[in-house]
Amino acid sequence: MTATERAFGSSVLRLEDPRLITGKGRFTDNLSRPGMAHMVVVRSPYAHAKIKSIDSTEAAAMPGVVAVYTGGEMEAAGFGGIPCAWVVPDSDTQTPAHPPIAIDTVRYVGDAVAIVLADSEAQARDAAYAVDVDYEPLGVVVNAKAATEDGAPLVHDDVPGNQCFHWTVSGGDVDAAFSEADVVVGETIVNQRLIPTAMEPRAALADWDSSMESVTLWVTSQNPHIARFLLSLDTGIPEHKIRVVAPDVGGGFGSKIPHYPEDSMVIFASQQLNRPIKWTETRRENYLATIHGRDHVEEVEMAAKRDGTILGLRAKTWANLGAYLSTASTGVPTILHGLMLSGAYNIPAIHEDVYGVFTNTTPVDAYRGAGRPEATFMVERLVDLVARELSMDPVDIRRKNLIEPFTEGHEVATGLIYDTGNYEPALDQALEMFGYEEARKQQAEARSKGRLVGIGVVTYTEICGLGPSEVAGAVGFGGGLWESAIVRFHPSGKVHLMVGVSPHGQGEATTFAQIVSDQLGVAVEDVEVIYGDTDQTPMGWGTYGSRTTPVASGAIMGAIEELKEKGTKIAAHLLEAAEADVEFNDGVFSVKGSREEGKTIQDIVLAANTAWSMPEGVDPGFEASAFFNPANFVYPFGTHIAQVEVDPETGEIDFQRYVAVDDCGPIINPMIVEGQIHGGIVQGAAQVLWEGAHYDEEGNLVTGSLMDYAIPKAEFLPKFELGKTETPTAVNPLGVKGVGETGTIGSTPTVYNAVMDALAPLGVGQVHMPLTPEKVWRAINQAQEGGN
Amino acid sequence: MQTAPFDYYRPETIGEAVDLLTSVDGARPIAGGHSLLPAMKLRVASPAALVDIGRIPGLSEITRTGDSLTIGALATHSAVAASDLAKSDCPVLADTAAHIGDPQVRNRGTIGGSLSHADPAADYPTLMRAIGATIHVTGSGGGERSISADDFFVGLFMTGLAAGELVTAVEVPVMSAGQSGVYLKHRHPASSYAVVGVAAIVTVDGGSCAAAGIGIGGVTGKPERASTAEAALVGNAPSNETVEAAAAAVAGDLADPIGDHYASGEFRVHLASVLTKRALAEAFGEVSA
Repeated sequence: MTATERAFGSSVLRLEDPRLITGKGRFTDNLSRPGMAHMVVVRSPYAHAKIKSIDSTEAAAMPGVVAVYTGGEMEAAGFGGIPCAWVVPDSDTQTPAHPPIAIDTVRYVGDAVAIVLADSEAQARDAAYAVDVDYEPLGVVVNAKAATEDGAPLVHDDVPGNQCFHWTVSGGDVDAAFSEADVVVGETIVNQRLIPTAMEPRAALADWDSSMESVTLWVTSQNPHIARFLLSLDTGIPEHKIRVVAPDVGGGFGSKIPHYPEDSMVIFASQQLNRPIKWTETRRENYLATIHGRDHVEEVEMAAKRDGTILGLRAKTWANLGAYLSTASTGVPTILHGLMLSGAYNIPAIHEDVYGVFTNTTPVDAYRGAGRPEATFMVERLVDLVARELSMDPVDIRRKNLIEPFTEGHEVATGLIYDTGNYEPALDQALEMFGYEEARKQQAEARSKGRLVGIGVVTYTEICGLGPSEVAGAVGFGGGLWESAIVRFHPSGKVHLMVGVSPHGQGEATTFAQIVSDQLGVAVEDVEVIYGDTDQTPMGWGTYGSRTTPVASGAIMGAIEELKEKGTKIAAHLLEAAEADVEFNDGVFSVKGSREEGKTIQDIVLAANTAWSMPEGVDPGFEASAFFNPANFVYPFGTHIAQVEVDPETGEIDFQRYVAVDDCGPIINPMIVEGQIHGGIVQGAAQVLWEGAHYDEEGNLVTGSLMDYAIPKAEFLPKFELGKTETPTAVNPLGVKGVGETGTIGSTPTVYNAVMDALAPLGVGQVHMPLTPEKVWRAINQAQEGGN
Repeated sequence: MQTAPFDYYRPETIGEAVDLLTSVDGARPIAGGHSLLPAMKLRVASPAALVDIGRIPGLSEITRTGDSLTIGALATHSAVAASDLAKSDCPVLADTAAHIGDPQVRNRGTIGGSLSHADPAADYPTLMRAIGATIHVTGSGGGERSISADDFFVGLFMTGLAAGELVTAVEVPVMSAGQSGVYLKHRHPASSYAVVGVAAIVTVDGGSCAAAGIGIGGVTGKPERASTAEAALVGNAPSNETVEAAAAAVAGDLADPIGDHYASGEFRVHLASVLTKRALAEAFGEVSA
């Protein structure tokens, strides 16, 4: 970055990287405390069973073992069930008990049965194998739709039909739309279960201080303040006696939002033994006992006119919630899903019924995109089906139905009011970058030679920057969604910026420093962003829902504005000028026209910190604190285009090209934004092509390891070609929108539509994700048999 | 992830290793450890003792004697892949080695370990059957014997090794004029193991296929020899029709296919046929080029 270049908009290298890439990161598992013992969790091998007895005699006598505890002992010590933080209104939501350690019944493979504490992790693990649990197996149900059928085994005796909730969104006259339609298309989509697979598994280290009756919990969390709030509910420890620290956190993708049973277990054990207790999950446990994502069955229909005008969308969705309610699990398939069914289009009538269902599987919660990828997939799939039915180009039908440009808000049938949008320029740019017309010609030529080349196009928008706290309350979220920030200048002019959000790989230690640098004229390197510690940072609701920058930047800007005003007052005093004559540019307060005689911000900061001569009525120090509660969500958007070629003999898919034009408003750091988009695209493409959690009938997770569950590898992917348009939002002072999930939201239907386009000449209508070679091969065979 | 406790021995000679393996209860040999250690960490395997043969001298050389190459059991996959001798005299061996697993696996895993483990998804066993390799082993009392690849692979993770016997070397024929070999596989997207692997070794003489060896891994519990498909080649000109006929015959050589969530037995047989066709086309192409 040169001196004349603005920090805002520059690809400043990430300040957090030198530490992390030289192995100097401090993750929870790197930490240890004097006298620390280790916890290993004994987990159920059964998906559903009564616990008849637990015999820990042998385990307790093994070397180094200090204790073995069961759920009953934890309950007797006053620990309650794990709370669910989101109960969607008007949905008759059932919230069955969720003991952190199962007491009478286990409900999924991986449910905790006992904990073993020992001097070393190895000793605890050896002893965990020696805990003898006698189970009486019960009936198992793993599929959400099957779980609602008569006679299905009940996951919770007090939840009839395994139905956790029934939620509805409705806008416009859907029945009329379908009866007036020239064409109606539909299919049943299986939006399969995914396993988040953050690089760092979960870990927790609790240190109970019996003198202060307080606890410090170091934990792999995306939102330490929420963790503290929820822990105060089930541990019985008051909130001001809990300190939650999220040190370096190695990815989350949503899986580190929830309050997990193990967080409470380590606190319980630390209290019991008066020793610090650490637990780190294995990858196997990460797959069994950390939340999964998606897992919907969706019956979807779209009504349209002969000219391609969309009239309505109707859907019935079964959302598999797993065995217990995780922190946000009811909000994901409802509020974050059903409200987005208008996509980027004018769809006058929309209706969706969502059934949340308990099954004997790992709990399901937010995973990158959380509800919006599922919604976008439904919409974009249906639009393609209409296009195919009407023999329209997928671009033409989208252009016909896109919402016209708007800057003052646009209300869709589900009741949401999109902030700003201008969708066609992104579409045009993507088509240009892709060389769409030429690519279609080449495709036609390839098809004439029997080659299966496909192109998928998606124009999406999504809801993020969560969000207005009033809306959070209205939709049943148990917290607020505002943010706060403290900008604190030290006497030498160096800055601490303390925020309540908690980045874990997204790079805000850099982008937030860029905001301060850009606004106040200090070097990026002179700003240290502090986050992830409830004792060091002001209140905030955490990092998820692509909210960190759009919401926290509002608070940061509030504090900055206050400091600019204060600096102006001090400068006017020192320069013996009127406040109105003082301007602030590039870190210098000066009387207009005489910048050379001005005071640098460092001069002002030193003057404020020494306070030898302050203007009347101005307090010493140079620090400001601000809160920001956004008036609306933000709605980034864009167009993605993919090309694939299917090998007709093996069903293998060659992922050849990917163009993404995204609009997330003004960009603070292009390199970081590109990184977010790259990662997002990969995770969406991976759902289409490779990833899928699979349970057998007994509830065993067949894809229970990285040997079986296929996460994407660099060699599977083409080079991504990125473009951008820039439509600011009015929701926050910088006009920025979120970009953490757009890639995933856009890419899932784009890659899927490309593969279906490739298979279209053979008459293949649908293949369920992931599109493994065998499934594609079978679909081709079936289509050919049907065709003959 | 920790293994269960175990005793550890590090013998200096093959004789010592064999003695330990026969005298210590529950002892298992370990070299690169890339199959055994993961199994131990998952506690799928909990041997009472490990006999680490990884540092026994003289077991990792690659040498040529007459018309064959001898590869020491401790030669790593990356050593075989980088061997000038292998690259010039038996390119298909070097190429197969170069595509096993990932760099970490190739830097630690050994050819003797791969063959002894006899994983149906491994690459080397399939090639060894196609190429007609001989496996040299040493047993208790220093007794040495040689086992043909056809007899060595008995079933799922089962070999013809007697208790305490260790593989010391593998002998493969060098490629002669008119001969070419190709190994192709369909990788599992998660593990990168071969779901199905096919090795084809063909000899063309006077415009017709004089000899053929086709090995197929991943479809049944052990690497198979596709003898019906081979018979469809021998004596015929290496045309597309010949290749198609051989590929179509592969299914008949693959009884009782195994299957899993990713690929059913039926699909594995189909992949074997397609990969046979492609491997043969490439191999014949190399000979005629």
